Amino acid sequence: MLLQLSSEQEFFQKTTARYLQDNAPVAELRRRRDDPEGFKSRYWRQGAELGWTSLLVSEDDGGVSISGRGLVDLTLVAYEFGRHAAPGPLALTNVVAGALSAGQYADKSLIAGLLDGSKLVAWCISEGSPDDGLANLRFEISQEGNELVLNGVKRSVESANQASHLLVTGRTGSGLSQVVVPVDAPGVSIKPMQGVDLSRRFSLVKLENVRVPLSAAVGAVGGADAAVELQLQQALVLLSAEALGAMQASFDMTVEWAFDRYSFGRSLASYQALKHRFAHMATWLQASHAVCDEAARAVNEARPDAAELVSAAKAYVGQYGAELIQDCVQLHGGIGVTFEHDLHLYLRRLTLIRTLLGTPDVHLRRLAELVAKKENGRGE
Amino acid sequence: MASDLESVESFRERARAFIRKNLRPAAHRAASVMRGEVSDEVELAEVAREREVQRLFFDAGFAGVCVPRAYGGQGLTPAHQRALNAELRGYEYPSRAQVPTFTPCLAVLLEFGSEEQKQKHVPAILKGEELWMQFLSEPSCGSDVAGAITTAVKKGDEWVLNGQKTWTTGAWWSDWGMCLARTNWDVSKHSGLTVFIFPIKSPGIEVRRIEMLNGSKEFCEEFLTDVHIPDSYRIGGVDNGWTVGSRWMFYERMGRNSPLVTMPEGTARASTNNGAKMHAIARSGGLLDDPKARELIGEAHALQLVGDALRGRVAQGIMTRTLSDQASAIYRLFAGLSDARRTTIAFELAGSAAATWTEDDGERAQWGIDFLMRQAGCIGGGTTEIACNVIAERVLNMPREATPDREVPFREVPRSRSKSDK
Repeated sequence: MLLQLSSEQEFFQKTTARYLQDNAPVAELRRRRDDPEGFKSRYWRQGAELGWTSLLVSEDDGGVSISGRGLVDLTLVAYEFGRHAAPGPLALTNVVAGALSAGQYADKSLIAGLLDGSKLVAWCISEGSPDDGLANLRFEISQEGNELVLNGVKRSVESANQASHLLVTGRTGSGLSQVVVPVDAPGVSIKPMQGVDLSRRFSLVKLENVRVPLSAAVGAVGGADAAVELQLQQALVLLSAEALGAMQASFDMTVEWAFDRYSFGRSLASYQALKHRFAHMATWLQASHAVCDEAARAVNEARPDAAELVSAAKAYVGQYGAELIQDCVQLHGGIGVTFEHDLHLYLRRLTLIRTLLGTPDVHLRRLAELVAKKENGRGE
Repeated sequence: MASDLESVESFRERARAFIRKNLRPAAHRAASVMRGEVSDEVELAEVAREREVQRLFFDAGFAGVCVPRAYGGQGLTPAHQRALNAELRGYEYPSRAQVPTFTPCLAVLLEFGSEEQKQKHVPAILKGEELWMQFLSEPSCGSDVAGAITTAVKKGDEWVLNGQKTWTTGAWWSDWGMCLARTNWDVSKHSGLTVFIFPIKSPGIEVRRIEMLNGSKEFCEEFLTDVHIPDSYRIGGVDNGWTVGSRWMFYERMGRNSPLVTMPEGTARASTNNGAKMHAIARSGGLLDDPKARELIGEAHALQLVGDALRGRVAQGIMTRTLSDQASAIYRLFAGLSDARRTTIAFELAGSAAATWTEDDGERAQWGIDFLMRQAGCIGGGTTEIACNVIAERVLNMPREATPDREVPFREVPRSRSKSDK
């Protein structure tokens, strides 16, 4: 994360860290394992009061600003979420709130509910492998008179079980549309999925001939492509920052372990074979910090290289983050694979994020496409 | 006083005008240096042009942006240097004058040189009159530079040097050398070293070109036989060479991140094994629709982007003291491994034309040669293994390796055996 924080940013990050320390301690996370909801609404509402949900929304809609760079500020919260393996749909809620605000969605009470933490809206974007929501959406949104008709299946949708509404992204002809749908609309079915994370809940969401009025659209019907791309970039930045937090927590914990644990009369930290492993891990970690920060800045400033940096960050963190935490497990030995030890909390979070909105390979292929676009553009 | 400084924006405007009026666009040389295809004539012509360009910089007030005015520099800030680098994008620049002349050599002179040495050499460097080389590595010690056995003995007012140095890039067209030599064998390894400077064309110095396995003759080795130099060529105190040497190493590791270095923005990105090049190789082989090939192109591009970001982060971290000085080893490790991986990717994408090719194979041809040289980026400038030690011991503060060379007189330290010893 950022090497230098303003005093406001530092305060913001520390407040969140302290709140998570007190309200999402590891013992509590373990208890969440069998809870169908994953987190309590009070936990989320109080977090919202700290500013977790207000940074991607315009001031007219109740948004707040810390440094004037909302997404960059928000990565500080996402990072703390990762460091604490914290519950709650952080990336999702912010991206949806930003989308509704930017798309000038008429029902302002929904945005207000997202901002104060009293409501959740689940973003239905991904349709699973091979594209994970990044391309080739099959979900259909068609216009019939004054109505929109929705048909298709979305997976894996975060927090749909606790949401009052869905923001569904689908295809209308050759363009994209986004529509707000109440979860109790006829034709909507939400089936809980099993998953690796202790507190994040996902569902398979099916919409069959769901009809909503035209006013349910966010932005232009068939013309939401740029908005969707921005939402994806924002979500990927936040997920990557969260994965980075999980990497940092695992690494710190394992460095401490290496100093404290003695074998054959020496600390683990004194063995060159292990020191070199730590050197590689430290390098993956710093490289991840660097590319995550750069991606956040690029998206925040709408730079032309934003899409590339976002995919580079997600691919790198997905691949090397997993290697890093697995190496931490290896260096812990047997206790690293027990439920009692905290490492798996971070391994779970990283494992989940690695697959959300594009596995590393999906992002590498996306990068190749972006390179091709640039190179072809150059030739013409 | 900061308020006396020219503003960055005004400096930038002046730089832009100067560059557009005087400099040529960056040459896109088809042949890769790593493939050993640059002739001596081309190389010497390029060196001559770079000296001219350095002189143009000097005359227009753009040489030594962060060097004090007392020595002919501009006395400005890293922000001014970055502005110059940004404006230079796409233009020629004196690339051979940067590393090792500006850093580490000029940096060491500024920190440890006597007033007389600084007055003599710093302006000459800024004018392009002196290109410097490091006489540092020796055949018997690569990354273990403090194990130098090149020896300097005091005779009257002079020093007499004997020994062998190696891995000096382009010593055959350079002017001055900065040399680490042993002046005392009866004290511990780090306590008996002294730093000297001298003209490379001094009597007793024989420069030989080293031929790399790919045919490149960029590197040199030097044989020093009874080289007599005055005491005024000494930098820092006698036997105090490691005080100088450890800062020297620091400046060397800063490399292109040093605020003393002028380098067009984006130069680091212009490596020969980046995403764009991978795309070209894949296209030449009809592989653009192959998912595996696309993942490889994407991987090379991602490594490039991550490396650029890491380079910036490490530089910023060291400058603002939010990261340890030693964090440059993190970038060194990343850069070496990333370069090797990207070379492997190019080799992979090129298919059989990498190893056996005709002129019709286009972008796919010859990558096998780069593959043969793949490890060079993990060896030169301190191996990646040394970087791992530095990261573990100086960044993470893990216990140091046993050092049987520390507590005894250097004379008694076990040394490498040569074949003739057996």
